[in-house]
Amino acid sequence: MHLSAVATDAEGYIFLKLTYECKLSKIRIKFRKACEKQKKKKKRIRKMVGRCRTRITAQLELKAPPYSLDALEPYMSRETLEYHWGKHHRGYVDNLNKQISGTDLDGLALEEIVVRSYNRGNPLPPSTMLPRSIWNHDFFWSSMKPGGGGQPRGVLLELIERDFGSLEGLLNEFKQAALTQFEKDNKLVVQKSPNAVNPLVWDYHPLLVVDVWEHAYYVDYQNRRPEFVSTFIEKLISWDAVSARLEEAIAQAAARAEEDERRREEEDGVMDDGDAIEMYLDTENESEAE
Amino acid sequence: MVHAVLCFHYSFQNLKQKDQLRGSRRTSRIVAFYGLTAPPYELDALEPYMSQKTLEIHWGKHHRAYVDNLNKQLANSPLYGLTLDELVKVAYNNGNPLPEFNNAAQVWNHNFFWESMQPDGGYMPAAGLLQQIEKDFGSFPNFREKFITTAMSLFGSGWVWLVLKKEEKKLAVVGASNAVNPLVWGDIPIITLDMWEHSYYLDYRNDRGKYVNAFMDSLVSWQSATARMARAEAFVNLGEPKIPVA
Repeated sequence: MHLSAVATDAEGYIFLKLTYECKLSKIRIKFRKACEKQKKKKKRIRKMVGRCRTRITAQLELKAPPYSLDALEPYMSRETLEYHWGKHHRGYVDNLNKQISGTDLDGLALEEIVVRSYNRGNPLPPSTMLPRSIWNHDFFWSSMKPGGGGQPRGVLLELIERDFGSLEGLLNEFKQAALTQFEKDNKLVVQKSPNAVNPLVWDYHPLLVVDVWEHAYYVDYQNRRPEFVSTFIEKLISWDAVSARLEEAIAQAAARAEEDERRREEEDGVMDDGDAIEMYLDTENESEAE
Repeated sequence: MVHAVLCFHYSFQNLKQKDQLRGSRRTSRIVAFYGLTAPPYELDALEPYMSQKTLEIHWGKHHRAYVDNLNKQLANSPLYGLTLDELVKVAYNNGNPLPEFNNAAQVWNHNFFWESMQPDGGYMPAAGLLQQIEKDFGSFPNFREKFITTAMSLFGSGWVWLVLKKEEKKLAVVGASNAVNPLVWGDIPIITLDMWEHSYYLDYRNDRGKYVNAFMDSLVSWQSATARMARAEAFVNLGEPKIPVA
């Protein structure tokens, strides 16, 4: 609707323009040419509108990092970000859009696509690394910030001290994991607490990620991965983002727990009468009666 | 007096050490030690397709680190006295790799990789190898395309191999992730290309296509491939050569 409004406006504008032009033939020819151009444009617009009406495709977008590309200097150079975000991440998004257009994964949110294409460990074609890579990279950009590093605060700090002993314990374990990661996957740090049991593919709620693919650090650090990981921890981590995610995770976990409770109560209540059992035995009649 | 005592003490210690050595020789372990083999050309010989800086870091830091780490691991491991090939196969443990596998396989792979390239490489193989490629892939351009496609479709880190399959008795292009190489399946590798990002990131950044094409056009060493093919034919019977009848 929006697009066709533009078309009529343009038409109206051209019409108005005509009344003020003088009647020299040259101008008439110009007008005719302009009209034809506009007709073609309208045709194109109508085609697009028509397409929009028949098929709504929500293509995945490339989300930009929440800071400019040179904001993480000198720890992560602008060149790295230009390549890492501008070429690798963008490439993943474009390829995934190409692959899922027309399939039933089209139009879904990214998390949905990640979980569905993982298919509980039996990955479906097309390539399922792409949705996870895209998601991981989005997560990675928001795990960092200019002037990052420092200390976590509040609930996050408490949980870290509870599960890892101290911040140093967490960081050592994190570094160790990042340095011994041989396969090219991102390593997620999982809060070892029952409250953090929540989706993505392993049913955990990720809080922080560091990309240890070589393209993430090769331009700046070449093979010096330990230096990169240390710098990430000391100078780039956005503990605010981690805290925010932790709050989200806690809220989600609480909501889930509530729902489970509620469902359990319902089931308990239903199982007391005999109706529930009948519902499963005879599907069609019962459901119609319901 | 004191002097004498000291001397005695010293020689007693010596005896003790000798005893220890004698004793330990019976139960002594031979700790394997693998060395870092250098590429058979200067580090700037592959310019401009693979810069000297890349080779300095790829060979001088990555490959060297794999060797050093492997030696450190083997100091405390029962896997000693094996050649590198054997170590790779043993450490692969039929799909359940031991901790030494990654380092051992990467050392082997990189040795092979340096040999798979030469300055002024590329173009086409000659005679026997070319015939075999044409027989198994249809034509040389077909093979080239298959190699490039396999390399580009590898996700993450890995290696692309041209192998001679022992059972099927033909050449094939195989892609493998991380450090896996054809030795573990019992096939005979002929050439390889490193698709880990550290191999091309400095020269080509994310343009993998350009890197693979440069390898095929200007770096691959068909001479060493032919030599390996000749050696492989001692293990695999490829049938009678097609000698044209006059």
